Amino acid sequence: MFTFIIRRVLSSFPALFGILFVTFAIGRLLPGDPCRAILGEKATDAVCDDFIHRHGLDRPIMVQFGIYIKEIASGDLGTSIRFSKPVTEILVERLPTTLELSLIAMAFSVLLGIPLGIISAVKHNSSVDVGTMMIANVGVSMPVFWLGLMLAYLFALVLKDTPFQLPPSGRLSPGMIVPAFYEVWGWEVAGTGMLHSMLEFISRLNLINSILIWRWDIFKDAVRHMILPAIAVGTIPLAIIARMTRSSMLDVLGQDYVCTARAKGLKRTSVVLKHALRNALLPLVTIIGLSLGAFLGGAVLTETIFGLSGVGRILFESITARDYVIVQSFTVVIAIFFVILNLIVDISYVYLDPRVRLD
Amino acid sequence: MTSLIEKNANSSPVVQLEAESLRSTESVTLWKTAMRRLFKRKSALVGMGILGFLLFIAVFAPLIAPYDPIQVLIGIEPVKVRQPPCIHLFGCPEVLPQHIMGIDGNVRDQYSRILFGARLSLMVGIVSVSFAIVIGTILGSIAGYLGGPIDNVIMRIMDVLLAFPSLLLAIAIVSILGPGLINALIAIAIVSIPAYARVVRSTVLTVREMEFVEASRSLGGGTFYILFGRILPNSLTPLIVQGTLGIATAILDAAALSFLGLGAQPPMPEWGTMLGSERNQVFTAPHLVFFPGLAIMLTVLGFNLLGDGMRDALDPRLAMRGAE
Repeated sequence: MFTFIIRRVLSSFPALFGILFVTFAIGRLLPGDPCRAILGEKATDAVCDDFIHRHGLDRPIMVQFGIYIKEIASGDLGTSIRFSKPVTEILVERLPTTLELSLIAMAFSVLLGIPLGIISAVKHNSSVDVGTMMIANVGVSMPVFWLGLMLAYLFALVLKDTPFQLPPSGRLSPGMIVPAFYEVWGWEVAGTGMLHSMLEFISRLNLINSILIWRWDIFKDAVRHMILPAIAVGTIPLAIIARMTRSSMLDVLGQDYVCTARAKGLKRTSVVLKHALRNALLPLVTIIGLSLGAFLGGAVLTETIFGLSGVGRILFESITARDYVIVQSFTVVIAIFFVILNLIVDISYVYLDPRVRLD
Repeated sequence: MTSLIEKNANSSPVVQLEAESLRSTESVTLWKTAMRRLFKRKSALVGMGILGFLLFIAVFAPLIAPYDPIQVLIGIEPVKVRQPPCIHLFGCPEVLPQHIMGIDGNVRDQYSRILFGARLSLMVGIVSVSFAIVIGTILGSIAGYLGGPIDNVIMRIMDVLLAFPSLLLAIAIVSILGPGLINALIAIAIVSIPAYARVVRSTVLTVREMEFVEASRSLGGGTFYILFGRILPNSLTPLIVQGTLGIATAILDAAALSFLGLGAQPPMPEWGTMLGSERNQVFTAPHLVFFPGLAIMLTVLGFNLLGDGMRDALDPRLAMRGAE
């Protein structure tokens, strides 16, 4: 087990190196002059020469790549001129929104998808099964941005003045001020440094922060704002999870040990939930892990529609505004996150399935 | 029948020959059985129906569409900007011109634009996936057949491409190439190459160990011939399934890129672009968002249903189960 983990961790290094190379290449290949893109159109030649020299842009390309890797390894993601802030600070501000959105969307798709899949498999070929699978097929085929817009229209306009009305944009209602939990608790933290960033990051996760400061009105408001985006992002994974659970359950339910369990007199529900589901869930771990990456892609579109200032939106805006520093460092962070996620999925698979371990 | 054949097969050479001929008259090709099974699946039939309908629309768009998709109707007809649908059958006054999906922000007939959009979406899906299949097949088969360091290098590059969320990578590629339909198409193709390379590699790995490949090799077949003439035709099945489902994803991604303003540019009647340019009007003119999205969904649904049906029909394991 231990050797497997070590081997798996080592094997992800070439991928990490490749990711750094690709993001470096993207940064260098973006059209336009990097100096004027970062400092603005009005930068003079002298200023630009100095800028290019300072950032090593006049050095050989391999040296530039080396400098880039050194900077990333030391946690220095650069400074965005457009926001005049270090990128790490922007990341601390924006990542909580995306993380919160992705986690709620994932909870929605898993908590609904797995039961739907189980019911479809148990009642195979019944009208419930056919209906669920039809909805799942439609769900997989819907463009995220369209679903988001339609949900916004339905819940913000058509259902206006009913209990079902939901806000179509933002993370909180206008005018709602949320104090950070560490300030409420009276902690005195220096304005910079790792600890401050960590606390700031947690305090920007509205749901967690509102629980920590015991403000249910903020919690309720944050949840209400997250429902529509989370449904929009979570619908495709929901459909995929429901379909996967169904087919994997059907496979398992047909096996001899399930028959044996039934034959020895166990209740149907206990056989389904205890004997079959455990084995059927294995392939789902991979799907759920990988969907988190898809959530990030979906976040670009959903955040644009629902006016959420998260990672996806800023990344898209930075690409169009040619903010190289943000594009490069955010892509690196996302891709590394993705690689680590794959690693966790693989390792948890070994942990969950003894057969893989033995191989 | 089978037992008779087996019994005869063990007796004399003459009878064995007869038995062989008996068997050959009964033989059915893989494709025939697959097609028969495909036509038995209701969902696949629905998928084919939807796609047939879309293909018809795409081909005959100029004949069906009542207006030119980029014609501005100001001064030609008494219509207003973003006017909701006017259908005579549902009580819209006969004196007003009929626009069953309403008028868009530039005073053009939305219905005609949607019809012409079918051409673009089908084209984008099929062309980008074909491109990805060709490159992915070449890379995957070389990696799978040659193995060793070449396999390692190719597959690690594919891993790197897979490490990025596909839409983000596509956005990055388009921003390098510049916005536009063709560049979006190339970006989507590049992003989907790894999936095909992996599928082809894994099947090549299995097929290359089979006896018929060994036979070809011992008969003196060259690498190129064995790879593309013997092994690849036998790895087509998963590729076709993956390709059909891939078209669905490609259409969705292309629509997303266009929605963000990176794909097809106005006034092109592309569904994603149409949706993107009117998205801020969703509360005042929902029809301008609803119809393009519905069209995208239907197209993607068609490819998904057909792809799923094909997977079931072409999967020998499922076929065996059906035969039991």
